[in-house]
Amino acid sequence: MTNVIPTSTISSDAGLRTLAEKVWDKHLVTKGEDGTPDLIYIDLHLLHEVTSPQAFDGLRLANRPLRRPDLTIATEDHNTPTLAIDKPIADPTSRTQIETLRRNCAEYGVRLHSLGDIEQGIVHVVGPQLGLTQPGITVVCGDSHTSTHGAFGAMALGIGTSEVEHVMATQTLPLNPFKTMAITVNGVLRTGVTAKDIILAVIARIGTGGGAGYVLEYRGEAIRALSMDGRMTICNMSIEAGARAGMVAPDQVTYDYLKGRAHAPRGADWDAAVAYWQTLATDEGASFDAEVIIDANELEPFVTWGTNPGQGVSLSGSVPNPAEIVDANERSAAERALEYMDLTAGTLMKQIRVDTVFLGSCTNSRIEDLRAAAEIIKGKSKAEGLRMMVVPGSARVRIEAEAEGLDQIFLDFGAEWRFAGCSMCLGMNPDQLEPGERCASTSNRNFEGRQGKGGRTHLVSPLVAAATAIRGTLSSPWDLVQDGD
Amino acid sequence: MQKFTTVTGIAVPLRRSNVDTDQIIPAVHLKRVTRTGFEDALFAAWRLDPEFVINKKEYQGGRVLIAGADFGIGSSREHAVWALRDYGFDVVLSPRFGDIFRGNSGKQGLLAGQISEADAETLWNLVECDPGVELTVDLVSKTVRVGDLTVNFEIDDYTRWRLLEGLDDIGLTLRDEARISEFETKRESWLPRTLPALSPESSRINLM
Repeated sequence: MTNVIPTSTISSDAGLRTLAEKVWDKHLVTKGEDGTPDLIYIDLHLLHEVTSPQAFDGLRLANRPLRRPDLTIATEDHNTPTLAIDKPIADPTSRTQIETLRRNCAEYGVRLHSLGDIEQGIVHVVGPQLGLTQPGITVVCGDSHTSTHGAFGAMALGIGTSEVEHVMATQTLPLNPFKTMAITVNGVLRTGVTAKDIILAVIARIGTGGGAGYVLEYRGEAIRALSMDGRMTICNMSIEAGARAGMVAPDQVTYDYLKGRAHAPRGADWDAAVAYWQTLATDEGASFDAEVIIDANELEPFVTWGTNPGQGVSLSGSVPNPAEIVDANERSAAERALEYMDLTAGTLMKQIRVDTVFLGSCTNSRIEDLRAAAEIIKGKSKAEGLRMMVVPGSARVRIEAEAEGLDQIFLDFGAEWRFAGCSMCLGMNPDQLEPGERCASTSNRNFEGRQGKGGRTHLVSPLVAAATAIRGTLSSPWDLVQDGD
Repeated sequence: MQKFTTVTGIAVPLRRSNVDTDQIIPAVHLKRVTRTGFEDALFAAWRLDPEFVINKKEYQGGRVLIAGADFGIGSSREHAVWALRDYGFDVVLSPRFGDIFRGNSGKQGLLAGQISEADAETLWNLVECDPGVELTVDLVSKTVRVGDLTVNFEIDDYTRWRLLEGLDDIGLTLRDEARISEFETKRESWLPRTLPALSPESSRINLM
C-alpha cells in the first residue's frame, strides 16, 4: 500500500481506544477464541428489494423467525422508477422484485416504506433522516454503501445476502476485528471544494484496495467543519477505497442534526444518549494501525478519468499517460480504462465534453447537495444538447427542495426533476446511459457499464456537476467566475 | 453447504486487476429473486467479446479462476458469487480480494484463495502456455498444484474450517442463542427501534 504511513505496530495501550474499537467492544456478544470470529450484536438492519429476497427465502426454508422486526426497516429504492410512479412498474422483473419485498415484509412484520410513501427513498438517506442512525450503534444493510451511516459515529457495514439472512435470524454477525486507519484532513477547504473532493482525493491516494481490512476514521479540522450531509458523502465512499467502514466521531454537529428527528431519543433519554455519545471519540493517545494525512488547503475540485474510483485527478489536471505508470497492473488497468472511456493521454480534463449530468445517489442527493447545485445554476442556461437529471435521495428531500423552490430552479434551467431512488447510479430502473454516452455524475462508481451498458462515467461533486451542466465540459465553479459570471 | 477439500479442474487466466462486482454481474441481472440461474449473467458485458477468455473453447468447463489484484471490489451483491458458482467455478485465486466479496464467497462454498502477485504471474504464464491444463487446489494443505509446481495460497482459518466441514453459519451462531438473549437484556432502552413507526405527517406523497 503506497502513501499510507504505518504507525506503531503495537496496538493501543490498555484503556486507550479508538472510536471503532469502542463501538466494537460495546457490541461484543461472544469473544472469538482460537481463530473464530467475534459475535457482534446488530442494532439496526436496513433492507431493500435487491439483496433481501433470497435471505427471506432462506429463513422460510429453515423455518426460522425474523428475530427482531423492531430493529429492522425496509424501503424500495434500487428498482423504483423516478417518473410516472403512480403507474405500475413497467419492467416485469423489477416489479416482481418490489412485490416480493412487499410480500416478505408483510409476512415477517417488517416496516416498509413503499414507493409513494413520504419516508421512501434511498436506504442510506432514509435511515439518517428518520433519526434511526445514531452514534455508537451497529448498522448493517445488504448494500456496500452502508458505510454512509458511519458519519454519525456508527459502525456501519455493507453485507452480502447470506449475512442478511444471518442477521434476520440471529440479530448478530460473526466478524473478525478490523484494523484501524486514521484519515486526517487538516486545514480548511477552499470555496468550491467539497466533501466529495476530499474523498475522491483520498481514494486516488490510497487506491481501491488501500483500505482493505481497515475501518477508516476521518479526523481533523476539515472533517469537523463539515455538515452531516458532507460527512455522509465521505463515509459513503469508504468502500471505494476497499474499507469495511468509515467513521466520524460524533460532536455537536451530529447532535444538532439528530435532535427532534422522529426516532431520536427524547427527554431524559436524549440526555442519557448524548452523555454516552460524548464518550465515543477516540481517546487522546490511542493508536491507529495506519494513518493518511491530507492537506485540505491544497485540494481542488476532483474528477475521475478512468473506470475505478481510484483513477482520479484534480480537475485542473489532464488524462494521465499510462506509459508513465510504473506498476504493471495499474498501467494495464489505465490502458484499458482510457480505451473504454475513449480518452487520450494528455487531454486536459476541462476539455472533456459530457452528454449527461446526473445529480443524485446515496453519495450526493441530500438537501444540501441540491441546494449547492441550485445556487450555481440559478438564472443560468444549460449547455446546448446536454441533459441533466436531478434525483432527490428521498421523498422527503424532494418535498423539502420543492418547499424551497429548488425544483423550479432546476426546471427553469432545463433539468429533469425526478422522484426519489437510486436511479442512474446503477441503472436498475429505466434511468440509464446509452452506449458511448458520457456522464458527469455525483454518484460513487465509475465502473464500466455501471450507469448503463457502454456508458462512460466521470465522478464529480454537485458543484462540478452544476458548473459542467452550464459549460458542457467538465468544469468547476471557479471556471464560471473566470467566464465573468 | 457441501464439504470442500480439493478441486481439480481447468484453470482460466483472467489477466485483469480491479475486477469489480459490476463486471462480474452487471446490475440489470440482479433482478431475480432466487439464488440460482445467474450463470449467463457472469461477466455479461465482457462475454460479448468473442476473444474474452471465458469464451475461448480451451477454457470451457473452467473451475479455477486466476484473477489480478482487487478482485470483487465494489458492490456487496452476493449475486457475484452465485454467478461464479452457477457458471461452475469452485475457486478464485487473486493477490487481493474485496472484503465483502471474500466474505460472501465463504458462505457459498466458493474458495477465495489469496496468492502472491508473483505466483499469479507464474500461474497465468503456465496456463496460457498450456490452455486447458488442470490445477489441483487443496484446501487442507492450502496449495495449488500443477505438474511439478506447488504454490501456496492464504485463507483465514475460520473460513477454511467452515469450508472443510461444510458448516452453516446461522446454525453455528444459534448455539450461542442464550448469550444473544442475555446481551439483549442489557441494551439501553433509548436505542432506536423501527417499530412502532414514528412519523409526524401523513404518509403519502403527491405522485404526480
